[in-house]
Amino acid sequence: MHRFANPARFLRIANAVLPWAAGLSAVCFAAGLYLGLFASPPDYQQGDTVRIMYIHVPAAWMSMFTYSTMAVAAAAALVWKHPLAEVYAKAAAPLGAGFTALCLLTGSLWGAPMWGTWWVWDARLTSVLVLFFLYLGYMALVDAFDDPARGNKAGNILLLVGAVNVPIIKFSVEWWNTLHQPASVFRLGGPTIAASMLWPLLLMAVAFQSYFFAVVILRIRAGLAARRVQTLRLGQAN
Amino acid sequence: MTRKRRRLMILALALLGLGTATALTLSAFRDNIVFFYSPSDLAAKPPGGRTVRIGGLVEAGSLKREGGMTVTFQVTDTAKSLPVTYTGILPDLFREGQGVVAEGRLGADGVFSATELLAKHDEKYMPPDVADALKRAGHPGKPGDAPVSAGEEHQTSTLRTNP
Repeated sequence: MHRFANPARFLRIANAVLPWAAGLSAVCFAAGLYLGLFASPPDYQQGDTVRIMYIHVPAAWMSMFTYSTMAVAAAAALVWKHPLAEVYAKAAAPLGAGFTALCLLTGSLWGAPMWGTWWVWDARLTSVLVLFFLYLGYMALVDAFDDPARGNKAGNILLLVGAVNVPIIKFSVEWWNTLHQPASVFRLGGPTIAASMLWPLLLMAVAFQSYFFAVVILRIRAGLAARRVQTLRLGQAN
Repeated sequence: MTRKRRRLMILALALLGLGTATALTLSAFRDNIVFFYSPSDLAAKPPGGRTVRIGGLVEAGSLKREGGMTVTFQVTDTAKSLPVTYTGILPDLFREGQGVVAEGRLGADGVFSATELLAKHDEKYMPPDVADALKRAGHPGKPGDAPVSAGEEHQTSTLRTNP
C-alpha cells in the first residue's frame, strides 16, 4: 500500500483504470436499471414499489463504503503522512454525501407508501442522517482554515471520530427494534432475496461502485493538480 | 519507538477509548433508542398513561372491522399478545401475519388504543409465484432456503423481545 502512495505512480495506474471503470459503470447501469426497473419480478408483499430497492440499497452500501475508505485514508494521513491520503478523502467526500442523500431520499420515498410515513427517528434512519451530517461537517471543516494542512488535520480527526457511526449504522437493525427492516443480503445465513431480484441488485452495486472509482480518480487528478498549482504559486511568491 | 509507531499507538488507543465510550453510552440508553416495545416488554414494564409505541406481528385471524374506520386486532411477539384498537386509514402493507408498529396508550382495560399505525416489513423479498409455491408447500420461508419449521421461519425479524 505504501508503494502506491506515491502520486506519480498512483496517477499512472489510475489513468489506466479510469476508462475501464467508466465503461463498466455505463454497462452495469444500463443492464441493472433495465433488469431492476422492467425485467425483474414484483415483490409478493410490496409489488412494484420494491424497485426503489435497486437505487436505495446500492446508494446505502456506497455511503458506508465511501466513509470507511475515507476513515482509513484519514488514519494513513495522520500516522504515515501519505500525501495521497488527504487528497483521496477530499475527493471522495462529496461523492459519499451524494450517495447518502440519495439513500435518504429514496428511503423516504419508499417509506411513505410502504410503512405509511416519510420519516421516523428510529436507530437506522437517525444514524444514516448522522452520517450525512458527518460528510457535510468534514467538507466544511477542511476548508475552514487559512492553512490547508491544519484544515486537513482537523478533517482527518473528525473522520476518525465519526467512524464509530459506521458499525452503528450496520448493526442498528439488530441491536435495537427499528421500523427499518434487518439486512437482506449481507447477513448470517445468506441472502433472503430471491435470485431474480438479487442479480439486478448486485449489478447496480457494481455500477455504483465503478461509477465511484471513475469519478474519484478524476477528482484525485484535479486535487493533485490543484496542489501543484499551489506549490508553484508559493515558489513564485518567495 | 519511531514517531510513526508512536502516532499509530496514540491513534489506536484513542479509537479504543472512543469505541468503548460509545458502546457504554448506547447500551445505557437502550430503552430510549428502541423504536418500539414488544408486548412482552410492555407486560414487564407497564407504561402507565404514557404514549408509547408497540410492535410485533398482526396475529393471523385476529383482525376485526368494527364499522366505520375502526379496526381491532392482536399484536403478538409469539410469547405475549396485546389487543389493539385503531381508527383511521391503514397503511398499504398492513395485513395479518405481517409486522406493525402502533403508537398510542395502554388503557386501564388492557386494550391499546393506537393513534398512529405504521407497517413494518421483514427482510424477505421474492416474486409472488415463489411465495405462492412456498405457501402451497406449507413453508412461508425464505426463497431458496431449505425450509426449517414453518412457524419458526415466520418470526425471523419483526419480533425481537428485549431483555
